[in-house]
Amino acid sequence: MSTSDGSLKNASGPYFGQYGGRWMPESLMAAMDELTRTFEDAKNDPDFIAEVRELNKNYSGRPSLLTEAKRFGEQFCGGARIFLKREDLNHTGSHKINNVLGQALLAKRMGKTRIIAETGAGQHGVASATAAALMGMECVVYMGAEDTRRQALNVARMELLGATVIPVTVGSQTLKDAINEALRDWVANVDSTHYLLGTAAGGHPFPALVRYFHQVIGDEAREQILEQAGRLPDAVTACVGGGSNAIGIFHGFLDDAGVEIYGFEAGGDGVDTERTAATITLGRPGVLHGAKSYLMQDEDGQTVESHSISAGLDYPGVGPEHAYLADIGRVHYEAITDTEAMDAFRALCRTEGILPAIESAHALAGTIKVAGRKIAAGAKPQDVVIVVSLSGRGDKDVHTAAEWFGLLDDAQDQAADAQEGK
Amino acid sequence: MSRITSAQKIAAAKAEGRPALIAYLPAGFPDAATTIEAAVAVAENGVDIIEIGIPYSDPVMDGEVIQQATTAALADGFKVNQIFEIIQGITSRCDAAVMVMTYWNPVLRMGVDEFSRRFAEAGGAGLITPDLVPDEAGEWLEASAKYDLERVFLVAPSSSAQRVEMTVAASSGFVYCVSVMGVTGARSEVSSAAQGVVAAAHAAGAEYACVGLGVSKREHVEEIGAYADGVIVGTALVAALRDGGVPAVGALAAELSGSARA
Ligand SMILES: Cc1ncc(COP(=O)(O)O)c(C=O)c1O
Repeated sequence: MSTSDGSLKNASGPYFGQYGGRWMPESLMAAMDELTRTFEDAKNDPDFIAEVRELNKNYSGRPSLLTEAKRFGEQFCGGARIFLKREDLNHTGSHKINNVLGQALLAKRMGKTRIIAETGAGQHGVASATAAALMGMECVVYMGAEDTRRQALNVARMELLGATVIPVTVGSQTLKDAINEALRDWVANVDSTHYLLGTAAGGHPFPALVRYFHQVIGDEAREQILEQAGRLPDAVTACVGGGSNAIGIFHGFLDDAGVEIYGFEAGGDGVDTERTAATITLGRPGVLHGAKSYLMQDEDGQTVESHSISAGLDYPGVGPEHAYLADIGRVHYEAITDTEAMDAFRALCRTEGILPAIESAHALAGTIKVAGRKIAAGAKPQDVVIVVSLSGRGDKDVHTAAEWFGLLDDAQDQAADAQEGK
Repeated sequence: MSRITSAQKIAAAKAEGRPALIAYLPAGFPDAATTIEAAVAVAENGVDIIEIGIPYSDPVMDGEVIQQATTAALADGFKVNQIFEIIQGITSRCDAAVMVMTYWNPVLRMGVDEFSRRFAEAGGAGLITPDLVPDEAGEWLEASAKYDLERVFLVAPSSSAQRVEMTVAASSGFVYCVSVMGVTGARSEVSSAAQGVVAAAHAAGAEYACVGLGVSKREHVEEIGAYADGVIVGTALVAALRDGGVPAVGALAAELSGSARA
């Protein structure tokens, strides 16, 4: 919510307009209170701030680069100037590391020795396993059984890092059920365990806390674009799953009224089909996993399963701060179909030599549209400046992309399936 | 029709020198008609208060047995609308107090006021809300006052004194004391934490404090009954219903209530 001076930055929760809060069992309230206190203390502790900075710099490799994508801009964005915020270059290959390092430090501060996490495709699970290994903590990752089969290599990565991966066989066996199972574990083991939630959703303080650790994306990007373009961008874009990379980069620009902000959700087969994950576009307010926010639900309030080619965006909820920013019109949320995302994926590969995560390709596809509209409305192409959150690299998606583009002949297909343990 | 409340049933049990027995059954498992039959059967076998659970897609407080039952009910097409017929079906056939245990989003989706009105019309006594804390319950406080419904919130072993006090103040009917840090599921022993939670609830002014999670046997009922005003049984009854149908659930209720004739 905006503060008294009208700023949208540093919204502390628990509420963002009518959204946010703590819609969760009483059994977890003490842990949520403890986490809130620890976080508030840590934010004001110079030692903690220094520790996070040090890890960001010498472990993750921050600041991440801001790269102008000239050929992509020329060939796909009508000549607009597109700048990529390179979260793909972070250790473990995505923005997720920012949040896990911060939360693992908080867990240590609380004296917890065990970390649990949920994961869809495995990116957040891998990042959590990484932080746990670095800090000598036990790590258990819950993952839908279906996802453990599709992402067998990421399961192996987590196990190599010393984590235990538990396939979730209840409910729809997807990311939302992995979160449910992590919450059940947390209730039973809350004294020893921190639940390291992977996105800017969940009950208070998670949305504000996860944003805090990702704000560095927007802070760096703002400084870098001022240096490279000599001015603020016309627009900032990001993909939105639960909304962590998006809220991180948006935060740097929320108070710059001249900067348009766009969040791109996974449209799947299209928002007029049942196979979609466009939560803000199609959902209505409800409560899930601790927060009130937009939610894909049926007329009975049952959560509807989402669908997207991108596992990281395949979630029927969204962080509450995004719901608020959508309602007040500060951020525009639009859906990108699988096809649009994969076209943008290939475009970036071929023009820039950068393989984006399919999640991030949604932001690229949206950027193509935004640039096109600006130019159609009369803007001079070279005067259009857009900063895109390239939230992760696409190495994890090679198999999916190769299948999508028909690059695997049958023999290769079988070999790849065998490797994935299908 | 005057509705029978959980507070009335607990008071009546107390007058008989015993704890109230509270039974959980999921709506629509295996179907709506059987839910009614099973509820009537437990009421005829010594159960004072019946909690009907609304199947929900994301039941974070439930263990495997209840999850499987509610997931099956949803797969068979259970609709929230059916809850009112089920409540009506039970209240018209027995004098147990009938509550609904529900995760909050289905109520929110229908509208808290509309849900409350229809539930009261069906003869329901009140709602037990496992994922709604008083902090977020503004709309429900209003609707429950308007339709004269009982508000059963939960307190846990981890609840601070301040939260117990706040929760007790917001509750009516009884306070649901969670015996253990965990989810629903039968356990061989009932956690010793339960007694402390009940004491905290009573100290905070709760007239009635009932214990749930993990209760599965007559000896648990006796043990908990020594300090609590009521004992809540869920998983064990659901498993009995799953494995042996209505006769089995009636027999287990008789055993739990101590009314089984040898
Ligand atoms: C590369 C990448 N980008 C984006 C996301 C979506 O998450 P969020 O919306 O929290 O940034 C994920 C999630 O796994 C991801 O791996």
